[in-house]
Amino acid sequence: MAKSITVDSLDIYYGDFLAVEGVSMTIKARSVTAFIGPSGCGKSTFLRSLNRMHEVIPGARVEGKVMVDGQSLYDSAVDPVAVRRQIGMVFQRPNPFPTMSIYENVLAGNRLNSKKMKKSEADDVVERSLKGANLWNEVKDRLGKPGMGLSGGQQQRLCIARAIAVEPQVLLMDEPCSALDPISTSAIEDLIHELKTDYTIVIVTHNMQQAARVSDETGFFNLKAAGEPGHLVEFNSTQKMFANPDNEATEAYISGRFG
Amino acid sequence: MATTVVAEDTGRARPRLGDRVFSRLALAAGIAILAALAGVFIFLAIEGVPGLSKPAEFYGSATSFWGYVAPLLFGTVLAAVIALVVAVPLAWGVALVVSHYAPKSIATPIAYVIDLLAAVPSVVFGLWGISVLARELQPAYVWLDENMGWLPFFAGPASGTGRTILTAGLVLAIMILPIITAISREVFAQTPRLHEEAALALGATRWEMIRMAVFPYARSGMVSAVMLGLGRALGETMAVAMVLSPGGGISLNLISSSNPASIASNIAANYKEGTPGKIQVLIATGLVLFLVTFLVNFAARWIVTRSERKLHR
Repeated sequence: MAKSITVDSLDIYYGDFLAVEGVSMTIKARSVTAFIGPSGCGKSTFLRSLNRMHEVIPGARVEGKVMVDGQSLYDSAVDPVAVRRQIGMVFQRPNPFPTMSIYENVLAGNRLNSKKMKKSEADDVVERSLKGANLWNEVKDRLGKPGMGLSGGQQQRLCIARAIAVEPQVLLMDEPCSALDPISTSAIEDLIHELKTDYTIVIVTHNMQQAARVSDETGFFNLKAAGEPGHLVEFNSTQKMFANPDNEATEAYISGRFG
Repeated sequence: MATTVVAEDTGRARPRLGDRVFSRLALAAGIAILAALAGVFIFLAIEGVPGLSKPAEFYGSATSFWGYVAPLLFGTVLAAVIALVVAVPLAWGVALVVSHYAPKSIATPIAYVIDLLAAVPSVVFGLWGISVLARELQPAYVWLDENMGWLPFFAGPASGTGRTILTAGLVLAIMILPIITAISREVFAQTPRLHEEAALALGATRWEMIRMAVFPYARSGMVSAVMLGLGRALGETMAVAMVLSPGGGISLNLISSSNPASIASNIAANYKEGTPGKIQVLIATGLVLFLVTFLVNFAARWIVTRSERKLHR
């Protein structure tokens, strides 16, 4: 199911404001790709352009090419709704639907895709997804309880379960651990390791240790100068990025000598 | 030790002056509402209770108070129900257009015009209802009678003036539209972006996103909006008194000329010429309206809290 993504000279706009300029990269299937960089450099914006969530903001648009396994994402014939059904997303803060139970939260995406689903089938999807998100043992006795009753880390894993319940081709994560404590963070990182056997994962993080721990490849985004658009400075294997980056700015950022 | 001293200080600290003043003001405001409500209720009870048991001649063609008030109550509720059935879907639709569908350049003027509707006095709506809406609708009533007469609502014979309970209900619908729209729009717009994006990222269309994220979040506010609209529809006096030509008893026939008046319009029509005894009867009908409005509100609140509690089992 997992697919690779090829991005070719992508410019991302908010109205007339150019937020990210000229990004080209190839994201490999069944691997974890991390984006690092200072706040406001366009990592999240770029991530959101990979499942066409960027354009839900009025005036937002992109120029350039994004190909998922050879299929252009921004082709005029492509329905953004269909794109989002195949490219899942996990947000910075956990966002389970507050009025839905844990069970219903996991199935939210499936309910959109296919209206009719047998009870046994639905039970299977819930169990498989919650097991996939390492949450099953903690919640199996209270699936009917509201998702908001869980702890922050559990809620985030519930959101991951919800995202993988529809078996997406790619899973995008926008700073999934930034609102979580270290133990929950570690649980999510373990989960990312397990998930990469089935999914292509792209993660934005502010935590460089996290990027080093979970990812196979890393992209470093930066602003050319204040007020200038963000751009991709370097894209390399994580090992190389953290040991011996090609670009001086990358080294400065990673070693903490930023500026 | 320094830390202990600090702890003792905060333990004994008096609330700041500003906090105290504000908390008293808020309390006073809350009590004032309750006092006003209780005052209205006491007035209605003292003045109205004698009206419950007058000799039969005070109740017109009916023989008892309940026989007198029942058609009025029925008329009140029927007109309000017609108004809600028409106004609520429309109001929620407009509110959604303003909050989620239309671009800002269109949404803002729409919202502004809807708010302006709320500022039109009810006498104006009444005049418009009599001189325009009733006249224009009359041929439609004839048509309904001829073609859909098998429905009890359109049994006819169609009113010659168009001043029926359906016309009154439609005028009421326009009058309660702004308040339902304005409140619904506010609660729709307050849906957290995070919930909306959660739905969109799962591949929800805009309508699916609204069903998954906006409606559940806004449900309580939507009910509040409907309740405020219903309260206005139940109590609206002038427009109904002007538009509706009363006569006749309880009937589901919406297009004939035999419509019961509403409680409020009946009071307005008869108050001026009333003898003291007759006025007591009218006040008693006002008491009934007051209690019914209360009960409807409680019932709606109860339904909402019950459905919400179900979720937090």
